[in-house]
Amino acid sequence: MAEIELVLRHFLASIGYAHWILHVLLILPLVGAVGLLLSPGSWARWFTLVVAALEFGLALGLWFAFDPTNGGIQFETTIAWIPGWGISYHVGLDGISLFMVLLATGMMPLLVWGSWHSIQNRRRGYYALLLALKAAMVGVFISLDLFLFYCFWELLLIPMYFLIGVWGSANRLYAATKFVIYTFAGSILMLVAIIAMVWLVGRSTGTYSFDYDHLLSNSAALGPAAPWLFTAFALAFAVKVPLFPFHTWLPDAHTEAPTAGSVDLAVILLKMGTYGFLRFAIPFFPAFALSKTVSAIFVTLAVAGIIYAALVSMVQPDLKRLVAYSSVSHLGFVMLGIWGSTVESVQGAIMVMLSHGISTGCLFFLIGMLYDRRHTRQIADFGGLARVAPLMATAFVITAFASIGLPGLNGFVGEFLVLLGSFGRYPLAVTLAATVVIFAAWYLLWAVQRVFFNPMTNPENRTMRDVDLRELAVLFPLVFSMVWMGIYPQPFLRRTEAASRRYVEMVRPYLPPPANAAAAGAAAAVVEARP
Amino acid sequence: MTAPIIGLVWVVVALPLLGAVLNGLIAVLRPQAKSAVSVIGPGVLVGAFIMAAAVVVGLAGLPPDAPQVVRIWPWLVAGRLDVDIAFLVDRLSAVMLLVVTGIGSLIHIFSIGYMRSDEGYARYFAYLNLFVVFMLVLVLGSNMPVVFIGWEGVGLASYLLIGFWFSDEQNAAAGKKAFLVNRIGDFGFLVAMFLVWNHVGALDFSTVLGAPWVPGGALVTAVTLFLFLGCAGKSAQIPLYVWLPDAMAGPTPVSALIHAATMVTAGVYLVARTGLLFAAAPLSSAVVAGIGALTALFAATIGLRQYDIKKVLAYSTVSQLGYMFVGVGAGAYAAGIFHLVTHAFFKALLFLGAGSVIHAMHHAYHATHSHDDAQDMRNMGGLRRYLPVTWVLMWIATLAIAGVPPFSGFFSKDEILGAAFARGAAGQPIYYVFYAMLVVAAFITAYYMARLMAMTFHGASRATAAEREQLHEAPWSMTGPLIVLGIGSAVAGVLNLPTLVGGHAWLEHWLEPVTGIATRLSGFRPVAGNHEAVLVGLAVLVGVAGLIAGFRATTARALVPAREAAPDTGLARLVYHKFYVDELYERFIVRPIVTFSRVFLWRIFDQGVVDGVAVNGSARLFRGIGWLGSRLQSGQVGLYIVVFVVGAIWILRTILG
Repeated sequence: MAEIELVLRHFLASIGYAHWILHVLLILPLVGAVGLLLSPGSWARWFTLVVAALEFGLALGLWFAFDPTNGGIQFETTIAWIPGWGISYHVGLDGISLFMVLLATGMMPLLVWGSWHSIQNRRRGYYALLLALKAAMVGVFISLDLFLFYCFWELLLIPMYFLIGVWGSANRLYAATKFVIYTFAGSILMLVAIIAMVWLVGRSTGTYSFDYDHLLSNSAALGPAAPWLFTAFALAFAVKVPLFPFHTWLPDAHTEAPTAGSVDLAVILLKMGTYGFLRFAIPFFPAFALSKTVSAIFVTLAVAGIIYAALVSMVQPDLKRLVAYSSVSHLGFVMLGIWGSTVESVQGAIMVMLSHGISTGCLFFLIGMLYDRRHTRQIADFGGLARVAPLMATAFVITAFASIGLPGLNGFVGEFLVLLGSFGRYPLAVTLAATVVIFAAWYLLWAVQRVFFNPMTNPENRTMRDVDLRELAVLFPLVFSMVWMGIYPQPFLRRTEAASRRYVEMVRPYLPPPANAAAAGAAAAVVEARP
Repeated sequence: MTAPIIGLVWVVVALPLLGAVLNGLIAVLRPQAKSAVSVIGPGVLVGAFIMAAAVVVGLAGLPPDAPQVVRIWPWLVAGRLDVDIAFLVDRLSAVMLLVVTGIGSLIHIFSIGYMRSDEGYARYFAYLNLFVVFMLVLVLGSNMPVVFIGWEGVGLASYLLIGFWFSDEQNAAAGKKAFLVNRIGDFGFLVAMFLVWNHVGALDFSTVLGAPWVPGGALVTAVTLFLFLGCAGKSAQIPLYVWLPDAMAGPTPVSALIHAATMVTAGVYLVARTGLLFAAAPLSSAVVAGIGALTALFAATIGLRQYDIKKVLAYSTVSQLGYMFVGVGAGAYAAGIFHLVTHAFFKALLFLGAGSVIHAMHHAYHATHSHDDAQDMRNMGGLRRYLPVTWVLMWIATLAIAGVPPFSGFFSKDEILGAAFARGAAGQPIYYVFYAMLVVAAFITAYYMARLMAMTFHGASRATAAEREQLHEAPWSMTGPLIVLGIGSAVAGVLNLPTLVGGHAWLEHWLEPVTGIATRLSGFRPVAGNHEAVLVGLAVLVGVAGLIAGFRATTARALVPAREAAPDTGLARLVYHKFYVDELYERFIVRPIVTFSRVFLWRIFDQGVVDGVAVNGSARLFRGIGWLGSRLQSGQVGLYIVVFVVGAIWILRTILG
């Protein structure tokens, strides 16, 4: 196994993979989108599938070419774009963004394959938007210039708006508008903050630049403006996460979006917020962000969201809404792990981002399949489906348990690391958050019972067909990843460790000492003294 | 140093895993291939048992205090955390290995006959194999997270098997309830792990148990109490016992294997495994013993008035688990494990015997198109004529659980009673109370078991003549395992014959390297020989009295079939309805949470306040401002001129001031 990796690494190096891959990942979907609009409509699905598969195939090389021991930015390129304004095309990847890019590109072929028959009208437009969306997503995670980052961040709204607004269900216009205005209101503040930062840093250093490294290394120059700037960034990101109580756009957007939109929202869009905190908001303003008061606010909101969303999820009559609220709960774990600020908790946060993408994505696919068959998402319309659709039931139950955090499946790894790593600093918050193991099982197993078990009372379900081969091909890679990440997460953890360590080392000077530092220190000393 | 065979302990786990995968594939692809399932399902278990026996023999050849850790692969390695999938082979896990694979094999074999006609045959064996995999991971885990994999995994298997006939809403609900209540306990397990990690910086047992815990300190007390919350969930103790009686909705062999012999004893195992922590926390140990005693008495009481044969046995299991907790709570870890082993034999036998009875009744009802309840003892009576083998074997198990010498339960129960008494004598008088509760519970146990036997096998048959025609003993594949269990129930006491009767307390010595230090650390001193003789005599007396009283009280009354029986009244009704504990939980915990979430959190707060007032409210606010602005642009030139003139004058005034 290790030898194959080595051979692949050599091969990738010989073709200069590291130098061109990120640009290709960015441009390929855009070229594909244009090509799609120029080609006949009947080609749309196959054309998109080929582009998506190519994109993922190319991105897969990152897994091998990425150097896990390097905590810094890799695959880095800087090209001047608008030199007069200090704007450059600066892209790169580290252990935090690596899996976000792999997740975004990996989900793409499944999205096309998974909604093969769901979209009947204006296919070319739909797939072109899907491709454009993918380019913007990749852009967000690889941008290391704040202007570039902001462009991709906003660019993403446009395809999403149309995907929900045109191909969504009944209440789609309200949801699409709410989504755009809500997230835009947050991000416009971020734009102001970015410009203010460039100006403030430029005034003190003499160099006006949007470059990430430049701003990061000179963030001390922000002085008294830091709290305001952080607040602006934090609002933009908190809406995207979504952090309680900025979450109400999510259930609407999720519910109204077509399957592919829901999946993309869950898998990628929500991660942009937490990614933003890890990459920008906290590193730029660590002293303020990690101060006692601000930490208390964010940890409280995270834990409140974890429990609150789980409880609200429990009583949802609509499957998509149920899963949407469960996302709010899961993303709360990410926030908790970020503020936990230990290597374990940050790695856990990244793992939760990744596994939430996979299991929630899979849940949305499954709900989409149910909707394709029965044109309803109301839990009450189902019941006893495991009898007619045992394979679908099996996939749903496995995914539900992954989402519940059953050890041996992917969800547990991240949540466990988050809770374990954050416990030293926030014992009470972690204990409260841990109660969600009960509520998560409650809302998902209750839903499973009412959809797949119980007597079949609705005669319309009697003829429902089980998943076919195409759908199985979508579900299998996802379920396989859940098991793989659950029992052997090492390849994933290994690749996130160095970057997480680097991050924690960067913010450590700003952390208030943990409440029981003395006890922890003493215990550690004792353990180390043991032969 | 390591016997090479011990390095192969993973095979014990891998075999059932292979079985689960194969049976799962058969269930999906060719569910009608029942013969293959009949070979694979029990076959992998027998293979695992042989392998486990080989491992234990290998272990026995090693120095006693040399626990063997077998690393399989790295699992959670992040930051300072370094958790491997690793198995701990020591004398405690060895005992559990043999119980799980041994009793498991018998119940797998029994299942061939019992489940053969079910359309979900392959699925059943896939689940049952999967259960064994997780149970083995649970007992073999060399660190807390790996034990937790097994811990939650057996919960998953239990969930799937309780809800095996999922089209019935009650079964599906029972499975969900079991998992949920267990998760309350799992929350405790998690928090215990966090506390341990924070204090020790490691999660593997050797480091954790060897860490400097302050005896009686708040930390070790908190850790053990949270751990015990987990144990109370898994082992169905007050207040989390409510899932186990409902779990009887699953197929009867499942009740025997998971909900009597193995999974539910995991809590007892965990306390014994972490005995060094409990020994350092006298308060927690007293809580363990107290909850155990209370549960033993309370559940036994409920067992007195149940009519469903499986419900009686379910409450009996809850009650017997209480005994085990008194044992480990008192510091007599080996005694707790001893009772775990003997109980595995006689309770598995009782459940499988009940399964044999239900099988016969069900068959008779099926043949005569009757819709009566095949599990209601009021419909039975006189079955000893039709099921003689089952009858004899069930009596052996009954004598064992009632504590009649020389059957196995006598020895193990007696050790626990002795341990509780010894604790009381050693200056903790509260344990005298626990002892007294257990003695009363022993009487009740004997009473309800005699009642069960009398109602089921003795007296006149309450079945119709046509039904009686159809009653017959189960096939050999079912009675065979029963006989093996019957032998075990009768003689398993020799595993740990007390010195009082000239034995060598073999099991206690075998476990000494694992639990001995904890027992000594807890300050446990066995009672003196002459006292012991008195205690033993009393226990036997109580058991025999209970049997006689229960049998005579039941046969004295004229019994009628369930459909003709008058409903219970008064106290009997209260007990029959299990003191309405389920209803209380439903009314005061479950429904308030759901209603609060639905009405307040969702409708009022989420939709009303956050979305309504804050989000859509601000949208309306801006729309209102926009509307005001648009009113100004009315297109009436006159208005524009007025505004223009007023503005111009105001500006000029400001400038010229």
